[in-house]
Amino acid sequence: MSEAATDMQAKLIPIFIMGKKYEVPDSLTIMKAMEYAGYQFIRGCGCRGGVCGACGTVYRKPGDYHIRVGLACQTVVEADMYLTQIPFYPANRSAFEFEKTTGEPEDVFKAYPELFRCVACNACTKVCPMDVPVMDYISAIKRGDLKKATELSFDCIQCGLCATRCMAEMAQYHIAQMVRRIHGSKGTPNADHADTMVADIKAGKFNDELADLKTKSKDELKEIYTSRPMEPAMADEFWKPDHE
Amino acid sequence: MTLKITDVSHDEEFMRKLQEISGEDVSKCMQCGTCTGGCPMTDKMDGTPRQIMLLSHYGMKDKISADNTVWLCATCNTCYARCPRGIEIPKVMEAIRQLKLRENINKVEPNQIPPEILEDAPQIAIVSCLRKNTS
Amino acid sequence: MKICYYPGCTLKTKARNLETAGIEAMRALDVEMEELERWNCCGVVFSLADDDLLHLLAPIRDLIRVKDAGHDKVLTLCSMCYNTLARSNLVMRDNEEKRDTINTFMEEETDYFGDVKVLHLLNFLRDEIGWDKVKAQVKVPLKGLKVATNYGCTLTRPDEVGIDSAENPTVFEDFLRALGAEPIHFPGGTDCCGTYQVMDNPEAADDAVARIITSATDYGAEAIVSSCPLCEYNVGKRQAALLEKKDDLKELPSFYLTQLLAVAFGADPESLGFELNHAGSLPLLKEKVLK
Repeated sequence: MSEAATDMQAKLIPIFIMGKKYEVPDSLTIMKAMEYAGYQFIRGCGCRGGVCGACGTVYRKPGDYHIRVGLACQTVVEADMYLTQIPFYPANRSAFEFEKTTGEPEDVFKAYPELFRCVACNACTKVCPMDVPVMDYISAIKRGDLKKATELSFDCIQCGLCATRCMAEMAQYHIAQMVRRIHGSKGTPNADHADTMVADIKAGKFNDELADLKTKSKDELKEIYTSRPMEPAMADEFWKPDHE
Repeated sequence: MTLKITDVSHDEEFMRKLQEISGEDVSKCMQCGTCTGGCPMTDKMDGTPRQIMLLSHYGMKDKISADNTVWLCATCNTCYARCPRGIEIPKVMEAIRQLKLRENINKVEPNQIPPEILEDAPQIAIVSCLRKNTS
Repeated sequence: MKICYYPGCTLKTKARNLETAGIEAMRALDVEMEELERWNCCGVVFSLADDDLLHLLAPIRDLIRVKDAGHDKVLTLCSMCYNTLARSNLVMRDNEEKRDTINTFMEEETDYFGDVKVLHLLNFLRDEIGWDKVKAQVKVPLKGLKVATNYGCTLTRPDEVGIDSAENPTVFEDFLRALGAEPIHFPGGTDCCGTYQVMDNPEAADDAVARIITSATDYGAEAIVSSCPLCEYNVGKRQAALLEKKDDLKELPSFYLTQLLAVAFGADPESLGFELNHAGSLPLLKEKVLK
């Protein structure tokens, strides 16, 4: 083998998938390493981009009692990691009636009374692969601060690892999703400009433009698209396109 | 009430666990009844606090389990404040509750609480109710 | 002066009148209540099982936050929070084994040794402000309003955290006297309102409340004052429903101690959340004190 080839050959390290040892290249993510080892994902795999929450992985290292977590598609393998995936964990989801909600915290209290069993043990926060402050947002919900809970839970990707560790047996991420839904819809002011735009569309403001576009050829459409006015990267908030 | 004491009427495991979880020595109780006298919940209790202390002393787990007494305790600490032997009776009550709850049998299930009450009650009521009645 | 303030969950929603009035009243005493930035529910009841450390985490975490924020004292308005924080604090101060286990377990938090002082508004006013200073700020004396003092369970029991004697406390009476009201010390003053039994055994709680109201009115009270949101819920908010069931009971308007404090200090009553109180509370004040 030539020198260049040996330089490029990746170092193999041992990892343990559900207890069975495999030697995998040390530069791979857990997901790629599992595929390298011959596993084919039909569950527990989704966007491969760190946002869908399908590939929640729990692992440990020998001689260390700590539970570690990561998303399989984002986390690079480490030597001697003992891992398993949690593609699915049963979690109670309340069938609340959205139309009947008012945006008040009592909506959430009625839909998920188990949230009052929270003992602030922080196990959920420690197991979150996205560093979401789970205990803090549950605390905010308990005291009725839906706005704060919405802000704190925003990065949640619904992987469900928090629910696997919860001593109160609640599904934190389902509760947070309900909070974000009702707070976004009923707790925050409506965007007036959205209503204005919808009214403009209905009144036919854009009909002529659309009719004109429909007559254009494929090349003409490409030209129009690439030469359209675009907001400059450093524009201030008063920037408007030339033709308003 | 008359207690029939035999060689098998006391549950030693129960007595040991009761001592361990409560940290209290129920044999100190001299059955004066002051606890019952100050307890706000005795009207609705099957057995009084004094009776529970006696049953605990004799390790009569089944009789204690059949009573609603410990579940009506409001942890007001009046009995503790007045007990001449300084026994922290609320801890004995809690230990008896825990022995049941730790079998994974909740006394109150959150989803059994009527929605009107969940809407109306202050959070401290819901949290403390679930703390005392669930595991 | 600034003091670290721990609200507790209920004071942000159902008991926001307790908080609003408290913050306003304290300003008159030049005390700024600085809310703890990151706090969690204290758990409401102190864990009574000797082998249970889990339920100590929540209140101890709050005390750690107090220290991390650079304070050595924390003020609460809710007596149940006071009791839980104070009792948990003592465990960390006195029980070396439990303290070590808890500090080790909460590795993500600073180690804590039980050195924060936990205060309820009543003992804060009595010990750190003084009744004379309170009296000096009174602009609208409560003109002999006969108010029964509902201590509830958690302020005076158990002894190790009680702010006054469990059998014959006087701090609430001193508080009312400083405001110009006439305190009604009655036998049911330290009785239990039923607390959380209202959720599962409401009739038992009703009986407990009925005893308190009967005792208070028998001794001539025209109103009752509480320091705990659960007492206020049982005795105040649920009173109307209770009176329908027990028609021999007399109506007894109820207040939070902070509301009386704020009114006496000249605050605008309309801003003190009386819409959350018993329906007769604000009218009684208007009739007896505010005219």
